[in-house]
Amino acid sequence: MIIHLSNARLIDPEALTDAPGSLTIAKGVIGAINAPAPKGARIIDCGGMCLAPGIVDIGVKIGEPGERHKESFRSAGLAAAAGGVTTIIARPDTTPAIDTPEALEFVTRRAAESPVRIRHMAALTKGRDGHEMTEIGFLLDAGAIAFTDAARVSTDAKALSRAMTYARSLGALIGGHPQDPNLSAGASATSGKFASLRGIPAVSPMAERMGLERDLALVELTGARYHADQITTARALPALARAKDAGLDVTAGTSIHHLTLNELDVGDYRTFFKFTPPLRSEDDRLAMVEAVTSGLIDVISSMHTPADEESKRLPFEEAASGAVALETFLPAAMRIYHAGAIDLPTLIRAMTLNPARRLGLPQGRLSVGAPADLVLFDPDAPFLMDRFSLRSKSKNTPFDGARMEGKVLKTFVGGTLVYAAES
Amino acid sequence: MTFRARHLLGIEHLAPQEIVTVLDLADRYVDLNRRTVKQSDVLAGMTQINMFFENSTRTQASFELAGKRLGADVMNMSVASSSVKKGETLIDTAMTLNAMHPDLLVVRHGSSGAVNLLASKVNCAVLNAGDGRHEHPTQALLDALTIRRAKGRIQRLTVAICGDIAHSRVARSNLILLGKMENRLRLIAPPTLMPPGVEDFGCELFDDMRKGLEGADVVMMLRLQNERMDGGFIPSSREYYHRYGLDAEKLAHAKPDAIVMHPGPMNRGVEIDGDLADDINRSVIQDQVEMGVAVRMACMDLLARNLRAERGRKIVGMMA
Repeated sequence: MIIHLSNARLIDPEALTDAPGSLTIAKGVIGAINAPAPKGARIIDCGGMCLAPGIVDIGVKIGEPGERHKESFRSAGLAAAAGGVTTIIARPDTTPAIDTPEALEFVTRRAAESPVRIRHMAALTKGRDGHEMTEIGFLLDAGAIAFTDAARVSTDAKALSRAMTYARSLGALIGGHPQDPNLSAGASATSGKFASLRGIPAVSPMAERMGLERDLALVELTGARYHADQITTARALPALARAKDAGLDVTAGTSIHHLTLNELDVGDYRTFFKFTPPLRSEDDRLAMVEAVTSGLIDVISSMHTPADEESKRLPFEEAASGAVALETFLPAAMRIYHAGAIDLPTLIRAMTLNPARRLGLPQGRLSVGAPADLVLFDPDAPFLMDRFSLRSKSKNTPFDGARMEGKVLKTFVGGTLVYAAES
Repeated sequence: MTFRARHLLGIEHLAPQEIVTVLDLADRYVDLNRRTVKQSDVLAGMTQINMFFENSTRTQASFELAGKRLGADVMNMSVASSSVKKGETLIDTAMTLNAMHPDLLVVRHGSSGAVNLLASKVNCAVLNAGDGRHEHPTQALLDALTIRRAKGRIQRLTVAICGDIAHSRVARSNLILLGKMENRLRLIAPPTLMPPGVEDFGCELFDDMRKGLEGADVVMMLRLQNERMDGGFIPSSREYYHRYGLDAEKLAHAKPDAIVMHPGPMNRGVEIDGDLADDINRSVIQDQVEMGVAVRMACMDLLARNLRAERGRKIVGMMA
């Protein structure tokens, strides 16, 4: 079937343009742009709303295997579709970890329940324990898109350098979590006035720079392809810039929460605002927004991390980290757009084209022949966030009760409509 | 009289006038406590539960005595060795107790913010008897009462707080209280035990104890919190004593009539010289213990009044 999306505001992250136009979907791909509607096409009037490539979200935690009560592939997929996320890049920090081709085959099979595309990252080391590399070759053959031990940081530099050297020969992408694990041990907040006032064990922002510098030195040593999952502090940015200038094959992401919230949001020990790494100062938040605008930070991720009620209803230090974010990703991103900090194509680029390019995926583009993974959204529609309206099995969002702007109207994956908002 | 609080979770939420109200009432309880017959009936018929997730002898005894002297039925739950070890969550424990209709819940917990969390789930008055590194409000109030009785005022004094500031909830509550009452504050600690960002609280920081004590009216020593440390903050306790232990020589830098305080329990020969601690001309450490009971009586009395007023309003509402 041919679908013609007329009267749209096309947000093109490749050309960095934001202009009225139309788009035609044929055979699951983008068949034409700004061409007249073909005969017999189903015409959808977009009413002047934004049409952009669907979001490619690196670093989504899904509870399978091990914690299906927190999130299944199906619930995550439904949440993603409603949030305009058309490709989920799932994390391997499951129980057990995705560290064998067999485990990868299992999740690949389970992922068929999702209405959006799901690709899997595999663990870099067995059991994510930081010592012995996984079967990187077999895992690549089985479809692993990148290798990471997620938030668990190895102190075994020798093992890491070997894993990265081996991965380089296969062209595999390594995902790092820049954080010095000793300096940050036991911390649940960023050190400073607020953490001191609340008496929460805290870590210096310097731990992130130390972790990043170590990883970048290993990249220089091994020539590996490297993506830092979350840069969240201003002090880490010069190291990142130097590595890029030196021509290392390095990219970096940040999380939507570190772009839209700061440490003060924790307020009276609100555990829905506990993250790994912890929320930072407002100065750091602004520096991250600026780094996304300048392109120094390439990718914005939701870092979707489901946690059940029990694991959040605990004293702050003991509570679980992370938030569900697939459905709040786009409206949260609209906050920085509406604040005037960034234009829409640049913002969307960090959520679509940049992650897709880094992973070697054809998604993230508004060009003829690209997969018709699209999101139609109203950047201005206001709503009051109610966490129990989320499709995720877990409801741990920091935006509960918040006034937000930006609503997903329709989501297409491979030309198929997977979500349409009730009108 | 002003005291609006429903719970006593920290000094942070108290207005200066509320602090004065507590101290004025506590003064009266000091008199009561010095009589042979110490019984009052302001909490008669009410139930007080002391729930200590961290072991404590002094504070728990102080709260227990305070409740008993006010006529409450007092129960001690040593939670450190009970169902919590069997995996029950803090909230479940709180809900269980709440179902027994206590009126006052006194809670100590090892995690910052845990008492706030618990207070949000129960409908009695909650008193924070210390949560992690966050606050210990009755300690700050009893310190304030001790200072006011020794110095005649609780304003415009130079107060030096020395020692393990980073791990101390006593330091935080005192900082907030003394700041609200417009005193000049000095923090003296080795840099490893000084919490980051604390200079923004409006105090002067010193790592040289003698300089920090210069001209102080009040010297508050803190206990070295070995149990709350994850190692390596100071080279050794003898070097710590040499540089930060309070002895007569270092105290000579403070005002000649400066008083010496310590929240206890003391590590003699680590943060304070034993003889100095016992010197009745300088040390008010025993007074602090006495004021502790009176201040806790005052706090529970005030919270019980608010509780009665709130319940009274509810009953009137039901009848209307």
